Amino acid sequence: MEHAPYKMQKGHSLLTLATKRFLKNKLALIGIIILVFFTFIAIFAPFLTTHDPTKHDLLNVMARPNAENWLGTDSSGRDNFARFVYGSRVTLLIGFLSMFCVIIVGVILGSLAGYYGGLVDGIIMRAADIVLTLPFLLFVLTIIAIIQNITIPLFVLVIAATNWPNTTRILRGTFLSLREMDFILSARSAGCSDWRIITKHFLPNAVGPIIVNATILMASMIILESALSFVGFGIPQPTPTWGNMVNEARSMRVLTGAPEAWVPPGLAILLTVLAINFIGDGLRDAFDPKSNK
Amino acid sequence: MYIYVIRRILLFIPMLIAVSFIVFMLAFIAPGDPLTGERIDPAVDAEVLDQRREALGINDPFYVQYFDWLGSVAKGELGNSINYNSRTVEGLILSRIDNTLYLSVFSLLFTIIVALPIGIYSARKPYSLLDYGATTFAFLGLAIPNFFAGLLLIYVFAFQLGWFPSQGSVSTVGLSGFDYFFDKIRHLILPGTTLGLASTAIYMRYIRSEMLDVMTSDFIRAVKAKGMGNRSVLYKHTLRNALIPVITLLGFEFGMLLSGAVITEAVFNYPGLGTLFLDSIINRDYPVIMGINLILSVTILVGNLLADICYAVVDPRIRYD
Repeated sequence: MEHAPYKMQKGHSLLTLATKRFLKNKLALIGIIILVFFTFIAIFAPFLTTHDPTKHDLLNVMARPNAENWLGTDSSGRDNFARFVYGSRVTLLIGFLSMFCVIIVGVILGSLAGYYGGLVDGIIMRAADIVLTLPFLLFVLTIIAIIQNITIPLFVLVIAATNWPNTTRILRGTFLSLREMDFILSARSAGCSDWRIITKHFLPNAVGPIIVNATILMASMIILESALSFVGFGIPQPTPTWGNMVNEARSMRVLTGAPEAWVPPGLAILLTVLAINFIGDGLRDAFDPKSNK
Repeated sequence: MYIYVIRRILLFIPMLIAVSFIVFMLAFIAPGDPLTGERIDPAVDAEVLDQRREALGINDPFYVQYFDWLGSVAKGELGNSINYNSRTVEGLILSRIDNTLYLSVFSLLFTIIVALPIGIYSARKPYSLLDYGATTFAFLGLAIPNFFAGLLLIYVFAFQLGWFPSQGSVSTVGLSGFDYFFDKIRHLILPGTTLGLASTAIYMRYIRSEMLDVMTSDFIRAVKAKGMGNRSVLYKHTLRNALIPVITLLGFEFGMLLSGAVITEAVFNYPGLGTLFLDSIINRDYPVIMGINLILSVTILVGNLLADICYAVVDPRIRYD
C-alpha cells in the first residue's frame, strides 16, 4: 500500500503575515504610490527638465509661467520647475539620511540601555530625558548658528544628535519586554556572546517597532528640513530643496503674486508627509499582533 | 501623593542643572565674545582689550565661568545683547514675551474649542460622516508643514478675502481700550490657528480614542447597569476619565508651543520671542540666543513638572512609583 506523500504545512512567518495585512490597507497603498511617484521624479530629474536648477539668469527674474519656464522663475531667475524636480532629490535624501542616522544612534543606545540595564541604562535614559525637555527647534537653530557653514552631512549629524531619544526609548522598551523571555535565557545558557544575543535574538524581534518609528521619523525629518530651510537655516542656497523654494514666499510679492512658485513645493511636502504617515499607520497595524484583519 | 510630588520636585532640580549646563556649553563653544566687535576698531588697543577680557572673567577656567554665569542668572541678569545697542537680554525678552504668550494661549484655546467637541462627537458616533471628516482633517493637519499652512491662510484670508491682517501684532499705534484689544485679537487669528493646527489634529484623535477606550471599560458598563442616563454616563464618567491623560498632554504642549512659535512668528512677522530669536540667530547675537534657550528650557521643565503633579492630583490611581 502506498502512503500518501506527507505534505508539510508551512507556517506563516510574522513578516509574511504583516506583509499580507499591510497590502490590504488601502490608505497605505495610496501612500506607497505617492512616494514612488516622487521617488521617480527624483531619480529621473535630468530627463524631466532641461534647465539647470542653480543657474542664475538676472535678466529673467520672477517670470510668470510660460512655455519655457513652466512654473516661472524665482527672484534670482532660476527655473522653478527645475528647482522643484531637483528639490525632490535633496528633500527626500535628507529625510532618508536623517532618519537613518537617528535610527542607528537610537538602536545602538536603546540596545545598550535595554540589554545591560543598571548604570548604563540610567545614564542613557537620563540623557534622553534631558534632550527631550530641550526646546528642540531652538537648539537645532542654535547649533546651526554656531556651526555657521551648514552642509548636508553636518545637517544630518545635528538632527541625529538631537532626535535620538524617542527611538532609544522605544528600543529599550522592546528589549525590556523581551529580556525575561525563555528563548533569551536559552541563548544565554548556550553561551552566546552579548553581541550575538543582541543582534540575533533581540533586534529581529524589534524590527516592527523600528520600522514604524523610522517612517514617522522620516516624515518629521522632511517637515523639519523644510521648516529650517523656510526660515533660511536649512541647506543653504542655491541648493534646491522644497523648503528653500517656499522660502521665496516670505516676500509679499511672491506670496500674493506668484502662488505657482510656492504652492507646488508646499503641496509636494504635504503629500510626501501624508504618504509616509499613511504607510506608517499601515505598518503599525500590520505589525500589531493584536490586529486580526 | 505628597511623597510623589516631593519626589518629582527632587527630580526637577538635577534636570534644571543639566539644562543650564547645556545652555552654558553652547554659549561657551559659540565663536566670539562680547568684545569681538571692538577688535575691528583700530583705535582700540589690543592690550586694553586683553585687560578688559581679564576683568570680565573671559580668561577664567571653564567651571569658574559657569558658576559666575549661574550666579548672575539667579539674579535675573542674562547679559547684554550685541545687536540691540547693548540692551539687556532680560529686558529684550520681557519686551517680546507677552506677544508670544498671547499667541500660545490663543492657539491652545483654539485647540481646545475645536478638538474637544469634535473629538467627543467622533467617539459618540464613530464611522459617521463627521468622524470621517475629522479623520481627514487630522491626517492633513499632521502632515501640513506649519509655514505652508500659514502662507495658505495668508493667501486666502488676508490677500484674497481681506478679512484679517497678515503681518504684525497690532495695526496702528495709539489704539486704546476695546479697540486695542480687538485689534490684537484680529492679528492673532491667523497665526494662532496656524500654530494650533497640528495639536488640534492630535487632540481630536486622542480624545476620540481615549473616549472609545473608556466607553468599553467595565466601570462604564456598571454605571449603565445602575440605570444612569446616557448623558450623565457620557459627561460625568466617560469624559472625565478620558480627559485625564489629555490634561497632562496640555502641560507638555505649552512648552512645545512656545518653541514651535518660531516658525509661525516668522511667517506672520509677528513680533514675539520667535522672531527675536531668529533675528539673533541671523546676527549671531549669542547672549540673546542663550537667554531665550534658557528661558524656554526652564519653562518646558516647569510645564512638565506641573503636568505630572496635575496628573497625580486628578488621577488618584497614580501613586509614587
